[in-house]
Amino acid sequence: MDVVFLSRLQFGLTAFFHFIFPPLTIGLATIIAIIEYLYWRRHEDIYDQMARFWFKIFTILFAVGVASGITMEFQFGTNWSEYSKFVGDIFGAPLAAEGVFAFFLESTFVGLLIFGRNKISPTMRFVSSFLVALGSTLSAFWIIAANSWQQTPAGFKIEGGRAILTDFFAAVFNPSTLPRFFHTVDGAYITGAFFMMGISAYFLLRDKNTEIGRRSLRIALIFAVIAVSGQFMLGHSHSVQVANTQPAKLAAFEGLWNTQTHAALNIIGFPDTDKEVTHLAVGIPGILSWIVHNDANAAVTGLKTFAPSERPPIQATYWSYRFMILAAGWFALLVLWGAYLLARGRVYKNRLFLHAALYSMLLPVLVNETGWMAAEFGRQPWIVYGLLKTNQAASPLAAYQIIMTIVLFVLVYSGLLMGVCYLVIREVKKAMGEAIGQPGSSGK
Amino acid sequence: MDLNIVWFLLVGVLIGGYAVLDGFDLGVGSLYLFVGKTEEEKLTLLQSISPFWDGNEVWLLTGAGAIFAAFPLVYASVFSGFYLAMMLVLFGLILRAVAVEFRNQVQTAKWRQRMDFLFFIGSFLPALLFGVAMGNIAQGLPLNDLHYYTGGFFALLNVYALLMGILGLFAFLLQGSSYIILKTEGELQEKVRRIFQLIWAASLILYILASLYTFVAMPSLYINYINKPWLLAAPLLSVIALAALPLLLKTARYGMTFIASSVYMIGLIATLGLGMFPNLVPALDPKLSLTIYNAASSNLTLKTMLIIALIGVPIVLFYTIYVYRVFRGKVDINIDGY
Repeated sequence: MDVVFLSRLQFGLTAFFHFIFPPLTIGLATIIAIIEYLYWRRHEDIYDQMARFWFKIFTILFAVGVASGITMEFQFGTNWSEYSKFVGDIFGAPLAAEGVFAFFLESTFVGLLIFGRNKISPTMRFVSSFLVALGSTLSAFWIIAANSWQQTPAGFKIEGGRAILTDFFAAVFNPSTLPRFFHTVDGAYITGAFFMMGISAYFLLRDKNTEIGRRSLRIALIFAVIAVSGQFMLGHSHSVQVANTQPAKLAAFEGLWNTQTHAALNIIGFPDTDKEVTHLAVGIPGILSWIVHNDANAAVTGLKTFAPSERPPIQATYWSYRFMILAAGWFALLVLWGAYLLARGRVYKNRLFLHAALYSMLLPVLVNETGWMAAEFGRQPWIVYGLLKTNQAASPLAAYQIIMTIVLFVLVYSGLLMGVCYLVIREVKKAMGEAIGQPGSSGK
Repeated sequence: MDLNIVWFLLVGVLIGGYAVLDGFDLGVGSLYLFVGKTEEEKLTLLQSISPFWDGNEVWLLTGAGAIFAAFPLVYASVFSGFYLAMMLVLFGLILRAVAVEFRNQVQTAKWRQRMDFLFFIGSFLPALLFGVAMGNIAQGLPLNDLHYYTGGFFALLNVYALLMGILGLFAFLLQGSSYIILKTEGELQEKVRRIFQLIWAASLILYILASLYTFVAMPSLYINYINKPWLLAAPLLSVIALAALPLLLKTARYGMTFIASSVYMIGLIATLGLGMFPNLVPALDPKLSLTIYNAASSNLTLKTMLIIALIGVPIVLFYTIYVYRVFRGKVDINIDGY
């Protein structure tokens, strides 16, 4: 089998798994820091209980995020050695900065909060929670800066077949770093908030642990309203940047084949790569031109401008992007509905809304994944846009070696995923005063 | 001193820092099944490392990141060349992380047994394989003209590499046992004091064996010492530290015992590193060796990262010391966590 394909498959699988967790922990860490702030200022016991409960859930997710994160750093070298040689001069510095400025901060203070919570003052608890949130956000910054350099390289020259740094700040703040950082971190806030809303809604629906449920739902809902509103602006600024720097990607997002003025903002359609059209395309005329160029008369570049071998995989890019956009519409409806109910003081009793919040709890996780997939599929066939093709970047490994490790990853990660779900559900049940069966104790 | 030498030393510091810090928790994990017999003992052992293991592992992430950044060709060549071995280390670290975090979340004996085993194997494998990897690199690898390793997985399991692997494993065990002695009291401490003496004796024998083997068969590793005898300070340091260990233990200076064990570990790494200098990955054909010059990033990148390190590391040291101070003293499973 093709080694490049296998290494892509392995990287995709392990990154997909890993990327379930960081957005959840970044979002939760931020809301937990807010709760710790309230406890520090108001000294009410309920905030202490809330902080403990959510932090417990956080630690379960955090552990798997860390464990699966080590894989990512190893894989650049193990599976993508040609890529590592090419980008080492650029990519290394942000990665080292992530270690020094973010990982140490995050893991040291998570350790302090797990095991030293009873040894430190409420002030120090708040400071520690804040530092955990800060550390995880900084970590996102550096890794996104490195990934953005792959999308829109800057601050370098090519020498001896390698990219050589000429300007550190131009490389770190390349054209896509900030739009992608804000977009992704706000996505993480939405993810943490929806997760907290979902579990709180469950408490209220079951009429157990309701005090924590009500307060948490309120904080998470307000947080979600802000984060979702922000995302419309941030998502927009990111798509403008994509249109300017990676037109082939934007055309694939929108299923746009012909370069045209008054281009429509696509809502849904069925791209056909053989006939090079998008069937049954429904869109809002002129809006895409207006969004990306601030002018409905402006032309937006279509896919046909690019030779078929230079186009991203259309279906994968289009549908992952589509999923993200349509889900974002649902998020907006849900938080508006919630905000309306909250203002009318009925949010804790409206069972339909509580059910909707519960079932939407993990939807942002999927949206993060599809957003990431759209970004990475849309970059193909390049691993570093315009500079290095993906099929030139892999390590010269034997196929059987990668197949072996893919099998192991699938086994170990499936086990981890089941473990995480079990432990989170167990914490939730425990908070409601219910026990659930433990593994190995079946059949009484 | 040019930037390449600075980064050679800094990567050495990161590897040393990792070996000392994650060293004690890998050591505790490797001893765990043999030392922890009762549930209370197991909890004490886990509790002693729980607040720290994650922060300690960040040293590995940062070290690997620094190698990627400063010497990308080494990172590309070693990580892909040792593919299966690297993956074994990786799976070890993943299972270990999960076992530590998940073990005490469930009360049943069966679950805990499984997690105990994962914790042990996930600590033991990396503790052994790090030394094996070092041994292979030190003796020189078959590299092709693109600096890729051409031997197979089983070629990595040769006598010299395995000897270095076991030497390394026992250095981790020294770290782990002196840490347990420092952090516990009573029966558990007494038990580990006895085991410590065995580990010490084994380390002494292994150290002599490895030195003799190197002296007879690996002349390339001591040319630097003949040319610059002052470098012998590094092996001397580890010998003195090793010799001092039983004395310190006997007089119950446990903090000093742990420090001496750490010095021994650092001395081992420094001895090997200085012996290889300026090579990072010596090749069997010396023309193909990766050195601190032909494998390095540009001067601008090295300079930028030095600035990052000079700003970041003091901050990290500051709060790391703060957190260790919060947890100072003996472990008490009735007060801490869980």
